[in-house]
Amino acid sequence: MKFTNEQMERYSRNIILNEVGVKGQIKLLESKVLIVGTGGLGAPAALYLAAAGVGTIGLVDADAVDLSNLQRQIIHSTTKVGKPKVASGREAINDLNPDVNVVTYQEWVSSANITDIIKDEDYDFIIDGTDNFPAKFLINDACVLLHKPFSHAGIIKFFGQTMTYVPGQGPCYRCVFLNPPPPNTVPTCKEAGVLGVMGGIIGTVQATEAVKYLLGIGELLTGRLLVFDALEMEFRTVTLASRKNCVVCGENPTLKDLIDYEQRACEL
Amino acid sequence: MSKRDGFIDITDVICPITFVKAKIAMEELTSGEILEVRMNDGEPIQNVPRSFKDEGHKVIDVIKNEDGTFTVFIEKDGL
Repeated sequence: MKFTNEQMERYSRNIILNEVGVKGQIKLLESKVLIVGTGGLGAPAALYLAAAGVGTIGLVDADAVDLSNLQRQIIHSTTKVGKPKVASGREAINDLNPDVNVVTYQEWVSSANITDIIKDEDYDFIIDGTDNFPAKFLINDACVLLHKPFSHAGIIKFFGQTMTYVPGQGPCYRCVFLNPPPPNTVPTCKEAGVLGVMGGIIGTVQATEAVKYLLGIGELLTGRLLVFDALEMEFRTVTLASRKNCVVCGENPTLKDLIDYEQRACEL
Repeated sequence: MSKRDGFIDITDVICPITFVKAKIAMEELTSGEILEVRMNDGEPIQNVPRSFKDEGHKVIDVIKNEDGTFTVFIEKDGL
């Protein structure tokens, strides 16, 4: 492909990087990333991936923009309150970078639709920007079964965590967390609160992981959980091992069908 | 010095697009081939050859033209 003068200028800071270069930028423009949840995590992730020139971005969210979202969901704005989040997200991305093809899915992920959504554009990388355990386990299981890499993340209060799963290169989310906690034992961010920047910091780490994966550069958070405490301003990584008997990615997987756990989403 | 496999004029753009434009042209050559780059005095001549060296290419000749521009010959992956 040939760069237009405008693309040359738009992506100049990427192209100058030896690790990206012309080939890397073309790779990004030909890449497809699915972002599940257009909220605190998905908003910054979507914006940075769009800015970087990821050619196709899928947005999944059934929700509409609420005024209380705007404290952290920076892809949306005051004039978009009441609009579907995926429509608001698409408009913001198109404004930022018209090179990006935005595909929207105005629905919640479930065992009934997630496989079709991932296969719809045969996405290269998936970002879990959801706010609830059922969705997180569902995304993990679907990605493992479809051999797709993904970035897990969660934020609450002043804490955040993220890890990256790449098939065959370390543990999946279920290796580490086994099963969702019982419903109502863990507060949602609606009940517990979350500092707005948490999504920015952790969602941006997720976007960084996606770009690195797509370019094949650097060390991913595979086999490592990055934990961030904003009050102490401390990042640390915890090394994680795969579980041989993991029900989804282990040696003799027994989980073949996706599970819809109970507990509906709060609005991240 | 007249052998060249590619030519790019970057006098119409300013830094850092100068190097980006030259880098895109270099991408189309194969190892050992030579890119001729016409550039302005000042920032471009100070930075573009050095940036090419940083990426492993060899500056093999620099010619000062009568119009004040420079013509630089760079061998791809020559370092």
